[in-house]
Amino acid sequence: MASVHSTAEPDFRTKLQDWLPKLVLSPSVAAMVVFVYGFIVYTIYLSFTDSKMLPSYDWVGFKNYATLFGLSAWSTALVNLAVFASLYIVICMAIGLLLAIFLDQKIRGESVLRPIYLYPMALSFIVTGTAWKWFLDPGIGLEHTMQLWGWESFKFGWIKDRNMAIYTLVIAAVWQSSGFVMAMFLAGLRGIDNEMLKAAQIDGASNWQLYRRIVIPLLRPAFMSAFVILAHLAIKSYDLVIALTGGGPGRATELPATFMYSYTFTRNQMGVGAASAVIMLMGVAAVMVPYIYSELKEKK
Amino acid sequence: MSFLNIDNVTKAYGNVEVLHRVDIAVEEGEFLVLVGPSGCGKSTLLNMIAGLENISGGTISIKDRVVNDVHPSKRNIAMVFQSYALYPNMTVGQNITFGMEMHKIPKPERDRKLAEVAKLLQIEQLLARKPGQLSGGQRQRVAMGRALVRDPDVFLFDEPLSNLDAKLRVDMRTEIKKLHQNLGTTIVYVTHDQIEALTLSTRIAVMNKGYVQQLGTPKEIYDNPANMFVASFMGSPSMNLLPSKLVDHNGALAAELSDSNGAAVRLPLSQQGASLRAHLNKNVILGIRPEAITDAEGADKRAQNLQPLRNMVSVTEPAGSDTFVTMSLSGKDCVARMRADADARPRQDFDFTVNMDKAVLFDPQTEERIDQ
Amino acid sequence: MAVATQDTAVRTGRITRTFIYVVLIFFACFYLLPFFIMMVNSVKPLPEITGGNMMALPKEPTIAPWLSAWSTAQIGVEATGLKPYFLNSILMVVPAVAISTVLGALNGYILTKWRFRGDTILFGLMLFSCFIPFQIVLIPMARILGILGLASTIPGLILVHVVYGIGFATLYFRNYYAAVPTELVRSAQIDGAGFFQIFWRIMLPLSGPITIVCIIWQFTNIWNDFLFGASFAGSNPPMTVALNNLVQSSTGVKEYNVHFAGAILAALPTLLVYIVAGRYFVRGLMAGSVKG
Repeated sequence: MASVHSTAEPDFRTKLQDWLPKLVLSPSVAAMVVFVYGFIVYTIYLSFTDSKMLPSYDWVGFKNYATLFGLSAWSTALVNLAVFASLYIVICMAIGLLLAIFLDQKIRGESVLRPIYLYPMALSFIVTGTAWKWFLDPGIGLEHTMQLWGWESFKFGWIKDRNMAIYTLVIAAVWQSSGFVMAMFLAGLRGIDNEMLKAAQIDGASNWQLYRRIVIPLLRPAFMSAFVILAHLAIKSYDLVIALTGGGPGRATELPATFMYSYTFTRNQMGVGAASAVIMLMGVAAVMVPYIYSELKEKK
Repeated sequence: MSFLNIDNVTKAYGNVEVLHRVDIAVEEGEFLVLVGPSGCGKSTLLNMIAGLENISGGTISIKDRVVNDVHPSKRNIAMVFQSYALYPNMTVGQNITFGMEMHKIPKPERDRKLAEVAKLLQIEQLLARKPGQLSGGQRQRVAMGRALVRDPDVFLFDEPLSNLDAKLRVDMRTEIKKLHQNLGTTIVYVTHDQIEALTLSTRIAVMNKGYVQQLGTPKEIYDNPANMFVASFMGSPSMNLLPSKLVDHNGALAAELSDSNGAAVRLPLSQQGASLRAHLNKNVILGIRPEAITDAEGADKRAQNLQPLRNMVSVTEPAGSDTFVTMSLSGKDCVARMRADADARPRQDFDFTVNMDKAVLFDPQTEERIDQ
Repeated sequence: MAVATQDTAVRTGRITRTFIYVVLIFFACFYLLPFFIMMVNSVKPLPEITGGNMMALPKEPTIAPWLSAWSTAQIGVEATGLKPYFLNSILMVVPAVAISTVLGALNGYILTKWRFRGDTILFGLMLFSCFIPFQIVLIPMARILGILGLASTIPGLILVHVVYGIGFATLYFRNYYAAVPTELVRSAQIDGAGFFQIFWRIMLPLSGPITIVCIIWQFTNIWNDFLFGASFAGSNPPMTVALNNLVQSSTGVKEYNVHFAGAILAALPTLLVYIVAGRYFVRGLMAGSVKG
């Protein structure tokens, strides 16, 4: 048998095997580089140009940012976001934690309750908005019903009230997301070693002390995750506003996401719209980048 | 050239060299064990032989063929992994024949070899099961079957027994040894368990911090450790390493220690070489294995240089066949291995007999042997 | 001991337990109420809604609002009902989910089992791309779709959803494959299996659960998307956009019962998935939040 083999050079198949993984990964990487980071760079660039209805490449420096922060609509959007995000995050976490702790007490029917708490997360914000828009409508929803039931003086017209409309957004958003936060906390609770709790009880801790001093501090990672997810959802909130209030009454529920959309596509102020998108991205990055960094670093 | 030749091999990740200039020549039919603590580089070396990690420097050749750039599947090796790495979605039979299938060996041939190996390992009744349905010992057998069926030049074992419970581990150890004796295959075996190394191997490479500390037969490694690391790593309980001073005792060299009361004790050495004399009146480390310290009746009758030692016993630990007796020498705990019925009692003096033929000496600075 | 004890370390008295149950049931009602009201009112004739009590059960149940929402309601300028848009959503979701899941599986396999220098950074960049506010890509995306001739088309939307879905799909598979012992891959390499053989014969057969998680997550996300649909779909919008058009239309009488039927229709596919495979849905949510 005449066999020729074993050169020092790796054969073609071995070399191909070295390259295949990178080759297969490359379309995804290319898509990411172009459609995510390339687009981000492009939008940042546009934010420094005098683009109106169409992109223009005339450099205007920070003019758009100056315009943006001079607009009362943008200030309103930022204030609204601050109110909305802080209430949304705090209430979701409070309800989520409460429900998780209560559900963790060997509750009969837990398997029925859990899916009920969580199902809104499967719905589109448009559906959620449609449902709540109607439920909160004073002429036909809750107020109307309460009055029919004989509570003549009952008033609940927040959705039509400039000063209160932002809180209706909070209600609907909390309705949609708090079950999810509950699930995160519940997973955290289930991960806590029972023996540690027993040891604490032997040390004489009451239930209240047990949760305040041991359990809740141990849920720190769940708090972190919940905060990050909720914060980035809040900054991105768009669909819900469109479906529930359309940004109104007036500009009472305008958020940066709706501001960006209307300035870019309906008011033909693309430069200003791009600048607002950049600010939004910076907001998300401020929350996500440290989180992703720490998550990936831990895994090393 | 030898069957498997590891020549001047190094491994570096970036600028960090983790394996330094390893030279090992393995003859056909040898059972080489790479042993050392975790992180010593033994698994890295094994993976380099398998082709699972790149070689940063030097060459590895199998049967006179340099395999540095040869794909793992073309090196004609087989490997048994610590976790067994059985494919969970395939049956035992499919697991064993997967390699042959990949090498496009026809089905009848595959079936024939499968039957052969299954018979050898007595796993015929398991062939249709999935790995998840097997016990630890059965999985271990299947993993070996997968290696055997390839009929490789070299078998590589990566801590194959460390996932088994203590009793099964001993059984499988015997079985691997039998297999090696019956088939005469060449094996490179990685473990951190020094007993496995001593019982299985024909030769041992003791590794630490990326260096081969000593390469030799089990007896050489055990009786003549090259340095303090090898001395303390191999053997259980490990060798007593006692700080002492080399002195002249009636014209002969002796190690001077202090007993539990702080009084000087002199133990004349069997070795009297000139190189040793250079360390006269200097501090040395006296190494002595527990079984070389006994009571008078238990001492080795063939020994030339038995020395009496009276010292207070601090702890006794009966272990069934033996009793381990601990005393304090030169401020260190020193363990002696006695017959089970030896009459040593805690906090009482006892007459020990030390077999100085077995004693070795190290330099406390370099930690290398000085009596050879 | 005569008293039955709980398994958890925490013990609670009778009064506390009653309180806990009251709170839990109250919140169950809070979550169920809006959907219950939509359901009930979607089968009422319109006068019963405007004149009556939203909590009351229908006196004359009718499925007319459902039929209207499905096939005759006015969406934008045409009275086609939601049917064509439902179809649009299906045509968009199925390929987008399939493509992003396949890419995610391959990426996860490579990032865990064929590691290379810089792979963690690459993954970090992919991960971040999951969370960007999509407003930042709307303008260039609209231009690129125009240049590619994909503006206002279903393939255009598929492209968008695949591109921005890869990140999550990769995240799922990477975390899942990280737990698959690398020794399996090494063993298969020694057995002579190549890159695709290992993926196909070893990894994929193990990937059942995570594939379901990924498909459900992508399906839910893409089905529920509104921003991309509203921005890029033009006259071919998906279900969510059509629903919004239906509900927000300012012409004519507001047919609330039709709106509700439409909303439920839009929610039905994801709700169905949730009911059938809720376990996987929750796992997807968790994996998407607690990276690791």
